[in-house]
Amino acid sequence: MNIMSWFTDPANWTGSGGIPAQIGYHLWYSAIALLAALVIAVPLGIFIGYTGRGEALVAGSANALRALPSLGLLVLLFLVISPVVTGKLVYVLPTIIVLVLLAVPPILTGTYAGIQTADPDAVGAARGIGFTKRQILFNVQLPCALPLMVSGVRSATLQIVSTATIAAYLGLQGLGRFILDGRAQASFAEMAGGAILVAILALALEFTFAWLGRVIVSPGLRRTASKSSSPISTTVLEPATT
Amino acid sequence: MNWISSNIDRIVSLTISHVWLTLVPTVIGLLVALPLGWWAHRFKRGQAAIVGTAGLLYTIPSLALFIILPTILGTKILDPINIVVALTLYTLALLVRVVADGLDSVPHDTVAAAEAMGYRGWQRLVLVELPVAVPVIAAGLRVAVVSNVSIVTMAALLGIPQLGSLFTQGFQLRLYVPLLTGIVLCVVLAIVFDGLIIWLNRLLTPWRQRTVTS
Amino acid sequence: MKKRILLSVLAVTCALALSACGGGGGDPLSGGGDNKGSSGSEVIVGSADFTESQLIASIYSQALQAAGVPTKEQFNIGSREVYIQALKDGSVDLVPEYTGALLSYLDPKSTAATPQAVQSELSTKLPAGTAMLTPSPAEDKDVVAVTQATADKYKLKTISDLKPVAGDLVLGGPPEWKTRTQGVVGLRDVYGLNFKDFVSLDAGGTLTMTALTNGQIQAGDLFSTDPGLHTNHLVALEDDKNLFAAENVVPLIKAGKQNDAVTKTLNAVSAKLTTDDLINMNAEAAKGTNLSDIAKKWLAGAGISKS
Repeated sequence: MNIMSWFTDPANWTGSGGIPAQIGYHLWYSAIALLAALVIAVPLGIFIGYTGRGEALVAGSANALRALPSLGLLVLLFLVISPVVTGKLVYVLPTIIVLVLLAVPPILTGTYAGIQTADPDAVGAARGIGFTKRQILFNVQLPCALPLMVSGVRSATLQIVSTATIAAYLGLQGLGRFILDGRAQASFAEMAGGAILVAILALALEFTFAWLGRVIVSPGLRRTASKSSSPISTTVLEPATT
Repeated sequence: MNWISSNIDRIVSLTISHVWLTLVPTVIGLLVALPLGWWAHRFKRGQAAIVGTAGLLYTIPSLALFIILPTILGTKILDPINIVVALTLYTLALLVRVVADGLDSVPHDTVAAAEAMGYRGWQRLVLVELPVAVPVIAAGLRVAVVSNVSIVTMAALLGIPQLGSLFTQGFQLRLYVPLLTGIVLCVVLAIVFDGLIIWLNRLLTPWRQRTVTS
Repeated sequence: MKKRILLSVLAVTCALALSACGGGGGDPLSGGGDNKGSSGSEVIVGSADFTESQLIASIYSQALQAAGVPTKEQFNIGSREVYIQALKDGSVDLVPEYTGALLSYLDPKSTAATPQAVQSELSTKLPAGTAMLTPSPAEDKDVVAVTQATADKYKLKTISDLKPVAGDLVLGGPPEWKTRTQGVVGLRDVYGLNFKDFVSLDAGGTLTMTALTNGQIQAGDLFSTDPGLHTNHLVALEDDKNLFAAENVVPLIKAGKQNDAVTKTLNAVSAKLTTDDLINMNAEAAKGTNLSDIAKKWLAGAGISKS
């Protein structure tokens, strides 16, 4: 039952079911879901932030989506598509869809909130020196929105990586495999090993984003970002990890 | 429909478990977050440490915490107390920041006026600052309780009985009815709890204007 | 500020490390329920995490209730590895078992194959404090199933026929199969099969069935009483080397709960239960009928209780 011995056993580090392989699968599913979420949420967020339309709808549904249980959705999607989809897709598709549904709200909120709260002085100044609307969007508003956008992506990534463990319920790989297999084989060491690995992965990504935020975001923004950001917007950006 | 009527006992007991597993941690988390949040608000130096630790705690995935806690607490893995402790920690991690921000957001004028009227220390905190901070705290609490409703369902992967068990059952038997029942009940619970907090918020802030704020 | 964040990181890492090194307080996975045990004559009936086990457990439970023995139901505990622990520590008192599989779990080296041999060997190897009642003629074995197409392609009739082609095939089964003699280990040692890969799915349930018919796996662990074998045109390969021994349904009970009423009732149930009954009940369950209703119907038909 010794968890330490599970980690030090070389057999657990090799092969297609070993720790590095499962971390790889886990990150792979997460990356695909994140990419899909970015493709959906960023343009939509820019549209909403820029035109101001649809904000109420989005804000309301972001909170509502938080209530949807991921495991339930996963099973529902599987049951719905299994008569029509064949091959591995019947397991992968529900997983990715559920992960994308989790990731879109924070990225969407971060993007449009970021654009809306872009310093009006900066926007005014840009207009004053003759920027076109499009130039303002891409050269001023978006860079100003970066802190909140990065915060949203960070939130989304965390959600995805935490929830990607449920992929194992449909027989896919990933760190959830250790948890479910460990339970079936009554091996707590394996279960806990998987759990600890997921936690470490989540923490590692959190720090990567903190560093990334510092690197990407313009230094001029960093000073204001840490002071402003109303409590409500930060709570909206921090949905729970699943 | 038939399935629901013949399984109604089980559905009810699972719902009750779910309600208990969601509300108890939320309430305890709030109660512990209040003093901690106040500390972070009052002593700026403590704020970074408390908020930093809270942030990190929040990062640990829930399923992972459900599994790791038995070793730390010495409980069995099927013991629902693991869920309660884990969710209390999450609620705490989320609300500490919210309480601190809420207290920070009380206008200085209000605090000054209260002091001028003779409110001191504790009185000021409980009778003036906290009530003014209620909307902010309520917003955070809504996020916390709705998230908790969803997180509890993950415990189905460990075999702990709650509404998530309807998902695994629906999956095993390839039945839509238990599955949809579970999902609908989760959403209903979330809406009910959300509404409860909104109502409490309104109750505790009678001075609020009738204009719609987000 | 950075120092404080670093300190909190250290704290969380320590907690994680502690939980990895610690765990000296007993296995959190032992025990299947709230660990309170039963009082007096009440019998806690448990089951494994697949449909048929729950069906039989429901039959036991309702039969006992009809005989005046109070029961409490704790179904869907998990795999054998998990619910046997629950039985041992008193979280449950009674579980439906399968003779061959249980024997293989208790003694992986056992070679008994016929129903009688398995039964007599099993009775000597039971965990302390447990007893088995009379086994039923009803049987449900693990089978290695392939699609008709695969069987035709490689001319497969028996499991031994898989030997030359196993390296090209992916095997699917429940996660516990990875370490079981009646699983990957036995297929390797007894039949010399080294599959290309093993995919963890479920115990003869939805996932395995879908994976097999979808082509994600070429061979899968299913149960011989699964109606899907027939409806999906699957071929259950013959177990020519008897790796999967006789699997008669038998109640496994805590010795302290065994009394005349319980023994008589459960033996009556076992005597009346047939393999065809299992197949029919599984087919009913696949249609969505409530499991305890199916059990109730069987009991009425067997004359053990009024419906």
